[in-house]
Amino acid sequence: MPQRHTTGKRSHGWMGIQRGHRARPLEWLAEKFIFAVSLSTILVVLLIFLFVAREAAPLLFGRMNSAAVQEVIPVGEFDKLSPAQLQQYLGLTPSELAAMDRATLQSLMEVKVEALNEIPAAFRGDPDAHLNTTQWRYLLGPHQWTDYAKPEFIWQPVGQIKKYNIIPLLVGSLKTTLVGLLFAVPLAVGAAIYVSQLARPRVREVVKPTIEMLSGIPSVVVGFFALLVMATVLQSLFGYQTRLNAFVAGIALGFAVIPVVFSIAEDALTSVPQAYTQAALALGSSRWQAAWQIVLPAALPGVFAATVLGFGRAIGETMIVLMVCSASVMSWNIFDSARSITTTIAAEMAEAVSGGPHYRILFLLGAMLFAVTFVLNLIGDVVMHRLKLRLEGKR
Amino acid sequence: MKYHSSQPMKTLPVKSLVVAAILALTGSARADITVKGSDTLVILAQKWAEVYMGKHAGAKIQVTGGGTGTGFAALQNQTTDLCDASRKIKAKEIEACIKAFGKRPTEYKVAIDGLSVFVSADNPLKEISVPQLESIFTGKIRNWKEVGGPDAPITVYSRENSSGTYEFFKEHVLQGKDFAASAQTMPGTAAVLQAVAKDKHGIGYGGAAYGAGAKHLAVKADESSPAIEPTEENVVGQKYPIWRYLFIYVNPALDKGEVATYLKWIRSDEGQRIVKDVGYFPLPTLLREK
Repeated sequence: MPQRHTTGKRSHGWMGIQRGHRARPLEWLAEKFIFAVSLSTILVVLLIFLFVAREAAPLLFGRMNSAAVQEVIPVGEFDKLSPAQLQQYLGLTPSELAAMDRATLQSLMEVKVEALNEIPAAFRGDPDAHLNTTQWRYLLGPHQWTDYAKPEFIWQPVGQIKKYNIIPLLVGSLKTTLVGLLFAVPLAVGAAIYVSQLARPRVREVVKPTIEMLSGIPSVVVGFFALLVMATVLQSLFGYQTRLNAFVAGIALGFAVIPVVFSIAEDALTSVPQAYTQAALALGSSRWQAAWQIVLPAALPGVFAATVLGFGRAIGETMIVLMVCSASVMSWNIFDSARSITTTIAAEMAEAVSGGPHYRILFLLGAMLFAVTFVLNLIGDVVMHRLKLRLEGKR
Repeated sequence: MKYHSSQPMKTLPVKSLVVAAILALTGSARADITVKGSDTLVILAQKWAEVYMGKHAGAKIQVTGGGTGTGFAALQNQTTDLCDASRKIKAKEIEACIKAFGKRPTEYKVAIDGLSVFVSADNPLKEISVPQLESIFTGKIRNWKEVGGPDAPITVYSRENSSGTYEFFKEHVLQGKDFAASAQTMPGTAAVLQAVAKDKHGIGYGGAAYGAGAKHLAVKADESSPAIEPTEENVVGQKYPIWRYLFIYVNPALDKGEVATYLKWIRSDEGQRIVKDVGYFPLPTLLREK
C-alpha cells in the first residue's frame, strides 16, 4: 500500500526509515528529544501542583487543629497510655514511635504541657482559645472574636489565637487586580487599535517594541518606583488619607499588565484579514470607522482573551503589591490598604512553622492561586485559538 | 543617641540577603560551623564570625539569614549547627526537634534588643506609655490628640507577621491582642523608619535604628512611671520597658569542640563588645561566660 502524506500529519516511521527518501535517524532522534523535553515541562507543572496540593491536603480533610488550648495528658500518666493512644496523642507515625525510647516520648509529652503553660492565663479562659480556627467556617465566614464588637473577617495568623480568615486576602487580591485592569485594559487596547490599524508603519515600528519593552522592567523596580514616587504623587493628586493603598498598587500593577494585554490584543487585531478593512474603506468608511466598527468587533474575543490573561498576570503578581501595600483590611474601598494572596505567601512562608496550620493555609492559598491562573490562561488560550480559526474561515 | 551611630539599618532584609548571598558564593565548600536563622541577627552573627575567624586561624564559620522559622527548620533537618533566633523557640518547634534528633535544642541568650517607638520628627510628642501604645496599635486610639499630640489621625506602621519583632510587640505591648487591620505592614525596621519619616502622622516600632526625619519616643511602663529613653544603660538595666533577648539554639549533640568554644566566646566579654558595635545591647555581666 503506497504511503500517503497528508498536510496535517506526516509519518516519520521508526528512526525515520519509512520517510520515502533516505533514512534520517539523527533528525528523528532530535525530534523525539525535543518532544520529551516539552513533555517534561507539562510534567513539572503537574508535579508542582501536586506538591502544593499535597501540602494543603491535611487542611482540606480537616486534619489540622489550631486551637490554642488543647487537651493535655500529664507526663505522669505515660504508663497508662497504650502505644496506639500515645501515637495518636503525639501525632507520630508507627515507625517513628518504634524508633523512640521512653525518655524521648516523655519529653515529647512534656513539650505538650509546656505549650499549654506558654499561653498567658488571660487567654486560657478565652472561648476563642478552644476553637479550631482551621475549620472552613472560620476560614471563610466572619466570626465575633473576643474584644471585637461585631463578627469580622480577620487575618492575624501569628499570636495566641490564630485567625486565618482568607476573605480579606481574596478581597485584597481582587481589589488591586481590578484597579490594575481598569487602568491598563483601556490604555493597552487603545494602543493596540492605534498600532495595528491607524499608525503609519514608521510610528508602529517605534511604538510597538517600546510598549512591549515595559514587560522587561523587573516588577521589583516597578514596585520600588510606586512605593517612593507614585505613592506621593497620587496622594497629592487625590488627597486620600492612607498613603500606601490598593489604588497605588493597582496603578503600578497596570504597568505589568499593559504589555501582556497590548501584545495579545494587537495580535488579535492584526489577524483580522485585510479584506475586512479594505471592503469597509471601499464602501466609503473612514479608517477610524473601519477600525472601530469592523475590525474591533471581529477581534473582540481576542481582546477578551487579552483581558483574561492580563487578569491572570495581575492576580499572580507578587513584588509590586508586596512593596506598595500589605495591611489585611476587609474593605472594598480602593483608597484603603490591601493585602494580596501573593504578598501573604511571599511574606509569611519563611517564618511559618513547617507542617503547621499556618504553613498549610499558605499552601492552600497557593493552590487556589494556581488553579485560578491556570483556568484563566486556559480560557484565554481557547478563546484566542477559536478566534484565529474563525477569522481564517475554518469554522 | 550615641548607640545609634554605629549601625543605622541593621534589620534591612535586602542587606542581609546580600550578605547571605555573598557568603554563600565566597564561603568555602565545607565550613566548620554553619549558622542560619533570624534576619535581625544576621549582621551581628556575621560580625561575630568575622572577628572570631580573624582570631582563630583555621576556623570556618558560614552565616546565612532567612528568618527565625527557617533557622529552626534547618536545625531540625540538621543542615545547620547554630540557629539564630529573635524569639524563643515554640513548643511546636521543640516537638519537631525531638522527633528529628531525640533531644530538645539548647538555648543560649546572646544579646539584648530594645525596641524603639518611632514618630515623625515633626511630631511634638516626646513620650508615650505602654498602655497608650497598646490602644494605638490595636486601633482603639485613632487620633494623636488622645495621647496629647496634635489633632490628626494616626497612621500605624507595623512589621510583617513573619518578623520576630512583630510577634514580640504583639505579645508584650499589645498583650496578645490583634493589631488594627489598618496597620500597614513593612518589610523591615528601615522601611518602617522611612515610612514614618515620610508620614507626619505615622507611628512605628523597631530595633534601635536611626533615620533622618524620624525620632524615637521615651516610653513609660504605665501612666504613673517615669518616661525612659532607650539608651544602653536603661535597656541593659531593664528600666526601659520594651526589650527582648536574642538567642542562639544548638543541637546538644553538636555542642562540643569548636561549636562550644565559639558559643562560649560569643557570650564572653570579648564577644559582647561586638554586640554594641552593631547596635544591640550586650548581656548583663551576670549572664556572660567567664
